[in-house]
Amino acid sequence: MSTKVVDRAPLTFYERTYLPAILGGIKVTSKHLFNTLVKGKAVTMEYPEQKWVVPAGYRGAPYLVKDQDGATKCVSCQLCEFVCPPKAIKITPPGPEGQPADRANAEKMPREFEINMLRCIFCGFCQEVCPEEAIFLQKDYSLTGQSREEMIYNKEKLLKLGGTHAGIQKWKHKLEEAKEQETFPVPTP
Amino acid sequence: MSNAATTAPAPAAPPPVEKIRIKVDGRDVEVPKLLPNWQGKLEPTTMLQAIQIAGGEVPHYCYHPKLPVAGNCRMCLVEFGTPMIGPDRKPVLNEDGSPKIAKSVLPYEPSTPRGAIACATPISPGMELYPNSPATKQMREAVLESLLINHPLDCPICDQAGECKLQEYSVQHGQATSRFVEAKVHKPKAVDLGPRIVLDDERCVLCTRCIRFSKDIAGDDALGIVNRGSYNTIAAWKEGAFDNNYTLNTVDLCPVGALTSKDFRFKMRVWFLKETKSVCTSCGTGCNITVGSREGAIHRYEPRENDAVNGPWMCDAGRLNYKWVAREDRLKDVLIRGAKAGWNTALKEISAKLAAAPQGSVALIASARQTTEELFLLGKLARKLGALTDSVPRLGEGDRLLVNVDKNPNMNGAWLTGVAAVPAAGGRLGLIAEAIRSGQVRTLIVFGEDVTKCGIGTDLLAKLETLIVSDILPSATTATATYLLPGCAHAEKRGTFVNAKGRVQKFMKAVEPKGDARAEWEFLHELVHNVTGQNGFSTIEGLFNQMAAEVPAFSGLEWAKLGDTGVTVQI
Repeated sequence: MSTKVVDRAPLTFYERTYLPAILGGIKVTSKHLFNTLVKGKAVTMEYPEQKWVVPAGYRGAPYLVKDQDGATKCVSCQLCEFVCPPKAIKITPPGPEGQPADRANAEKMPREFEINMLRCIFCGFCQEVCPEEAIFLQKDYSLTGQSREEMIYNKEKLLKLGGTHAGIQKWKHKLEEAKEQETFPVPTP
Repeated sequence: MSNAATTAPAPAAPPPVEKIRIKVDGRDVEVPKLLPNWQGKLEPTTMLQAIQIAGGEVPHYCYHPKLPVAGNCRMCLVEFGTPMIGPDRKPVLNEDGSPKIAKSVLPYEPSTPRGAIACATPISPGMELYPNSPATKQMREAVLESLLINHPLDCPICDQAGECKLQEYSVQHGQATSRFVEAKVHKPKAVDLGPRIVLDDERCVLCTRCIRFSKDIAGDDALGIVNRGSYNTIAAWKEGAFDNNYTLNTVDLCPVGALTSKDFRFKMRVWFLKETKSVCTSCGTGCNITVGSREGAIHRYEPRENDAVNGPWMCDAGRLNYKWVAREDRLKDVLIRGAKAGWNTALKEISAKLAAAPQGSVALIASARQTTEELFLLGKLARKLGALTDSVPRLGEGDRLLVNVDKNPNMNGAWLTGVAAVPAAGGRLGLIAEAIRSGQVRTLIVFGEDVTKCGIGTDLLAKLETLIVSDILPSATTATATYLLPGCAHAEKRGTFVNAKGRVQKFMKAVEPKGDARAEWEFLHELVHNVTGQNGFSTIEGLFNQMAAEVPAFSGLEWAKLGDTGVTVQI
């Protein structure tokens, strides 16, 4: 492959004094100085006093959510643990002797659910894979702590931060459907 | 477990097999006319077996090679055709001379193909099978749709998820969406079927594998189907009465998540489990197992098919006997007179003591729970020291299926390596006790046994100069040991066992040992080298091969030749 050598015009005497470049720079700086001091239009933000408001659909830290009745939605299926690329999620399943689930017909909920926020890359795979609408990437983007241990968020903390999300209420509807069938013959509408 | 499969290798020259020519998906295939059924008896080859021989696959729920055929799930429907026969009883030929095939169709609707269940339909000469035809695919799709009508789709909370045939076939043969808009039939959930089994009736596809297993294999006719139509459910004859020693096999058999193990319930998702080939240690049968572990914790044992030993089954007692491996009080430290020490110091001191011990002043009690390689090394040590050796017998109850009366997994290994007393293990224990009492034996080596329970009490142990003990769990013997060497459970090391019928089977390492514990063969190798000056291997493979060269019963064997299912030797 042939290469084409481009001619570089030598600098003129005026250009070699660097004055045009310096003046150009001063012009840009004074424009911003004027905008900031006189017009009050700052480009930067006084973080952390001033907080950035994230746009809708922003993918922040993943938290667990509760259902409309305040019950844990997570059923410990461990798909998020499986899919998590940086292995930030660690779930302890209830096991045979575990605590019964908040919703009786969901049978199962995690004994412990930990997300290591130092590892989490906010990719959103956990939210995407969750079959129970139990984990959502929310708007928190700045997570800080004094120690590594503090940055491992446990189930209690994640549920507190996550808030409530009713969603399709699968388990509630299943329960209602099953209750209706307890009377026989099934009442026809 | 069925039939004669538990005995030795197949006879050398099988009689010539009569073959049938058929076509599978247009390809000519020759298959045997008769094949063994679930009991091993020869029966006409079925379409399913023929397709499997041809390299194809037929999805199925109720069919299982080791169970009687029921033919009720209809998943294995396959379109087929047979050679057409004219009124003169001669085959009708096409123009090119090939036999004309009459495809099976509905009698009242000849344009619609009529499938046959491949699991129960025998093949006939000239038959053509179409396991991948559009009609077959449509039949599968329809059957699957019907099976899924009342399925609760609660995979997130179902223990079977990940190894569920409904999930697998839905991906392979199912539809993406459900057309069923009516309310699903709700059935009882989390039914207590027996002490080890939970039943979820909504997930059940009524394949009756569990019923057939209990009745025909386990011989406990405890299960059946009750109620009618869509309310069909599996039930035990009395609540909680499904309690024989083989119930957990129904959990493996269940193609869906209807029957689940109480022990494994909600413990770990199966896709996280690392599967390691191993052997059950609960009795002399030596059932082949798969150890499911994750991050150093054992979560379950499952039987691994080996027709020469256990078929695809194992007993519940053996399957649940894994929790001791993770016990909190496992021995984790090397102790010299009760004080923590390092392996090097302990092994050096023991080597020096044994090397200086006069002939006959040492006795050795091994355990038939140890691997053959370890027993071989102990045997070497004993011969060098002129030591009395024996192992501890452990007899219990057996049954007609898999449970052996000998509760030691490696009694034959102890005999073949010459460590245990012949003809009955434990026959020399009295002699050893006497020798300690008389002061002739000053040093006792004990591996994996609590000798205080078999005639050598703490008073006798106190008379000893040196007591060298290696064990996994603490006992009265380990408490009085001069040198305590923490050993490994079978799941933490590699080795072989020789089962009650003389089958040499190897097992692999599933998890890491706890604390400072080391595999016995590793430190025994060091001890034997220090005391006898013999060496010659650095791996378990090398050790096994050396043992095969030195022990006549194992001659000709090699670690690699054992394979996954073992080799039977003359005992």
